Amino acid sequence: MMKNKSLVSITDYTKEEYLRILSLADEFENHPEPDLLKGKVVSTLFFEPSTRTRLSFESSVLRLGGRVIGFSDSSSSSVSKGETLYDTIKIVSNYCDLIVMRHPLEGAARFASEVTNVPVINAGDGANQHPTQTLLDLYSILKTQGTLDDLTIFMVGDLKYGRTVHSLLMAMTQFKTSFHFISPEELKMPVEYKLYLDNLGLKYSEQKDLGRNVDVADIIYMTRVQKERFSDPIEYERTKNTYILRNKMLEGSKPTMRVLHPLPRVNEIDQDVDANPKAYYFTQALNGVFVRQAIIASILGYK
Amino acid sequence: MLHMQDRKLEVSAIENGTVIDHIPANVLFKVISILNLDKIDKQITFGTNLISKKLGKKAIIKLSDTFFIDKEINKIALVAPQAKLNIIRNYTVVEKKVVEVPEEIIGIAKCMNPKCITNNEKITTRFAVVSKKEVKLKCHYCEKITDQEHIEIV
Repeated sequence: MMKNKSLVSITDYTKEEYLRILSLADEFENHPEPDLLKGKVVSTLFFEPSTRTRLSFESSVLRLGGRVIGFSDSSSSSVSKGETLYDTIKIVSNYCDLIVMRHPLEGAARFASEVTNVPVINAGDGANQHPTQTLLDLYSILKTQGTLDDLTIFMVGDLKYGRTVHSLLMAMTQFKTSFHFISPEELKMPVEYKLYLDNLGLKYSEQKDLGRNVDVADIIYMTRVQKERFSDPIEYERTKNTYILRNKMLEGSKPTMRVLHPLPRVNEIDQDVDANPKAYYFTQALNGVFVRQAIIASILGYK
Repeated sequence: MLHMQDRKLEVSAIENGTVIDHIPANVLFKVISILNLDKIDKQITFGTNLISKKLGKKAIIKLSDTFFIDKEINKIALVAPQAKLNIIRNYTVVEKKVVEVPEEIIGIAKCMNPKCITNNEKITTRFAVVSKKEVKLKCHYCEKITDQEHIEIV
């Protein structure tokens, strides 16, 4: 079904395809298959550095018995000599069975997928898409809640520019989710996403302070508030400490509630949360390996 | 007013061909470029800054012995959504048409997102038309919206 099909945008997959990937990820988590990709070569082309994502992909391939070639930033490739993306993709296609790519320009992965017969997985194209992150978020939610249906998700931090929250929101709309948006005024959820929820008849609310209503949350999804996103530096200084999750704020939350974060974090989750069993972000990163194994195995036609 | 219409007819009546009317005056040259009129060897008459009740200032193009297929002519709907076509045979209008914004725009408009791959590498642009009334184009590559106000012709 998904054989040879590139994964560029989260909307490339249907709800059934998401669910299939998630159940396959569960299979890999419980029954590792160290020889599945024997003889296969996957290239990881990172035109901008993203160590965490690259290592997660490479670990996924290696744990399935495949091999990895590639580069971790464009200064170590012929891109620095002025080669076009088109040429790089054409050449690399001769060397591998699957391309995983991260690129600073938006639309780069879609373009790459159209100029080669080798399937492409988008590992992030500028501020546009990062679909494997969304699928690992879904897997983490499913694993901790036992279901994806009828959940209440708090999204916290930079909701204006945050690619991960936008993709997660789009994916979760298929599961009757209620949303709470918690952000500084300057970084509120864009109106087009709220209209989208309105049209689907899904519930959402907005609040400015973290720590209220936590008793209704099933998931608190934290994101980083970056200084460079603020037009007014004073506004940043005023709000930077308002969106820090501290352990005492989790008092009264459901026993099944979990805190997620796409990582890296800076200071938005206080370290005193780490010891709380509700802190799930490090396991979430581990889940990324199983989910990426599931995606790679599907695309290469092994599952 | 009457006097003006008389003069217009006198100047540019054509025997056979196409008249494109109700083009906003400020996009005349964009229309010329979209339809590649600079490469046509037939007789063409342009009029611009003509008074129009609807558009303020309008332009008109009269093309002798030239006919367009819908797909071709609809490309101009991006910049001249109210344009009207008169098909002329033997000095008589035999058909009137309005332009229609197509579902997909290929290779005409530029994506307004500077970080889009199409603005950084040699790629034919491609957009889905997500709104026709107030034209909104969604880039096939970066998935960002380019709105009417920011549409630039490649």
